[in-house]
Amino acid sequence: MITTPQPAMPIVWRSETKPHKFCPGCGHPLVLKVLGEAIEELKIEEKTIFGCDIGCSLLAWDFFNLDTVQTHHGRTTPVIVGLHRARPDLIGIAYMGDGGGYAIGSQHLVNAATRNEKILVILVNNTQYAMTGGQMAPTTLPNQKTETSPYGRDPENTGKPTLGPEMIRAIAPNEAYVARGTVARLPQLKRYIKKGLENVISGKGFAFIEALSLCPTNWRTNAEETWRFLEKDMHRNFPVGELNPSKEGVN
Amino acid sequence: MTNKPIEGEMRVFMTGNEAVCWAALAAGAEFMYGYPITPQNEIMHCWNRMAPKYHRGFLQTEDELSAGFCCIGGILGGKRVFTGTAGPGTVLMQEPLAMAEMMRIPMVTVICQRGGPSTATVIYSQQETTLTCFGGNGEGYRIVYSTAGQQDLFDYTIKAFNTAWKYRFPTFILGDGYQSKMRETLTIYDPEARGIQMVETQPLMGSVGMPGRDREPVHLRNTYNMEDELYEVIKEMDEDFWRIAPEIIEYQAFGNDDAELVIISHGIVSRAAKGAVEYLRQKGLKVGYFRPITLRPFPREALRDGVKKAKKILVAESAMGQLEGIIKEELYGLTIPIEGYFRPGEGITVEEIAEEAQKIISKREVLN
Repeated sequence: MITTPQPAMPIVWRSETKPHKFCPGCGHPLVLKVLGEAIEELKIEEKTIFGCDIGCSLLAWDFFNLDTVQTHHGRTTPVIVGLHRARPDLIGIAYMGDGGGYAIGSQHLVNAATRNEKILVILVNNTQYAMTGGQMAPTTLPNQKTETSPYGRDPENTGKPTLGPEMIRAIAPNEAYVARGTVARLPQLKRYIKKGLENVISGKGFAFIEALSLCPTNWRTNAEETWRFLEKDMHRNFPVGELNPSKEGVN
Repeated sequence: MTNKPIEGEMRVFMTGNEAVCWAALAAGAEFMYGYPITPQNEIMHCWNRMAPKYHRGFLQTEDELSAGFCCIGGILGGKRVFTGTAGPGTVLMQEPLAMAEMMRIPMVTVICQRGGPSTATVIYSQQETTLTCFGGNGEGYRIVYSTAGQQDLFDYTIKAFNTAWKYRFPTFILGDGYQSKMRETLTIYDPEARGIQMVETQPLMGSVGMPGRDREPVHLRNTYNMEDELYEVIKEMDEDFWRIAPEIIEYQAFGNDDAELVIISHGIVSRAAKGAVEYLRQKGLKVGYFRPITLRPFPREALRDGVKKAKKILVAESAMGQLEGIIKEELYGLTIPIEGYFRPGEGITVEEIAEEAQKIISKREVLN
């Protein structure tokens, strides 16, 4: 029997639901692949539960061989919080976009962080609401054109892009792990995800990782422009790296 | 669990909120999530004081949205979880409740009705009736028990957990601020002492084994791609709901065999209606009483049967026709005139219903 060779994928990669439904050029499959690898390397496939939000993240609802729940918009964090509190034996991952995390779900994110909930939140940032057609989001860059900022985002009227990890670092206790990775550096992103998972597994506390990502569909960019927008414009506005608690930290 | 909150049964004198809390404890509820809103706060206060002794969990969340979604999370993990809310909180709670409705999650919610809309008053009304029955962007596949006092609050809170976990529809205890805050005597009991077996819970997610290797993964969603997919899902839900409805429906009725006027009411107003009907009967007037206990599913056949001899119906409620609207739908096709005694946000006394009933009866005699 002739079979097409497949690239080695993590154990949790559910082949029955592949090819996945993300757009060509989307950053989600890249993030999900390294997340799957991290779960495999830490050998936590049996204990991990996965929650996804509304928006493009919901396309991950059947992505993994993991128990998964797709929630309402912005509500993945409290569902995973509730699940973990009922079942502290499980490792909860809440997966969402920049709209779900920093807009409609921001109060849940902020409160989970200040409570140091033992869950991992992965927020995929592509600077707009992609699934609904590319509306402006909290992380849209100044002058960036979106469907609800067709002449470019005006910071005078709508503020500057949200610096989520910085906010979380400022309010979460020192035990929380906070980082911003990028799909332009997948090994580094995987390292951050593993550290985040370890932080949760050890019982130390909350883990929050923003992953800078791509959306050529709504950015209306070709391959070269897509990567340039990420690596030049986004990296400049959203510094990549781990955010360690400051020495003078309040917590 | 050897550490039982109630052994056997005992007579107590307590507020409705305390009765709810004790019932939830006795029913084996493991978690409560909540957000402060009058008049249900004491459910949380009581729960927090009792929880450590009986190893139950609690979190006061950042709002009602979070309370509801944390409940869902806990239930997915296999625990009996409940929440309580009121007024503007009930409005917010529709968000998580819509998800529970779609995904058949056995969420138990206590609604302590207060004035509406918006902030209104903190204490009482029956203005969250249609919201509790039909809130959310769906068809209202929910089970709603409308309680009329402390004993009901205790009995139906225990029952709600069993109904929810057996039939998998969001289940409500619809009370109000008067019931929440007043004190009266009731009997609290260990369900086992009354032969009530608590329906076992099981985790919907995170059960034993590695997904993909030992078992299929559980993939839960509330989104559908195609219209026909959704149609099939809703059709099945509808069939499930109405198939089990006869097992769930509850009501109380008396005096309808020869009643010319039937007084319909729910919740605490039904106590005033009961008193009024008893009083009017003593005066020789042919008045009947009907009280739906389950507003959803509604006891339609029993109601239609109960009013078949009636010449007029009087609906008494502390809202501007919410119960009446439900009644009209249930009685569609019948031509019995319906009058409403509407007091949104105000309590209704025995005397007021009796007076209203007598006005109706005397008017009719004049017309005849």
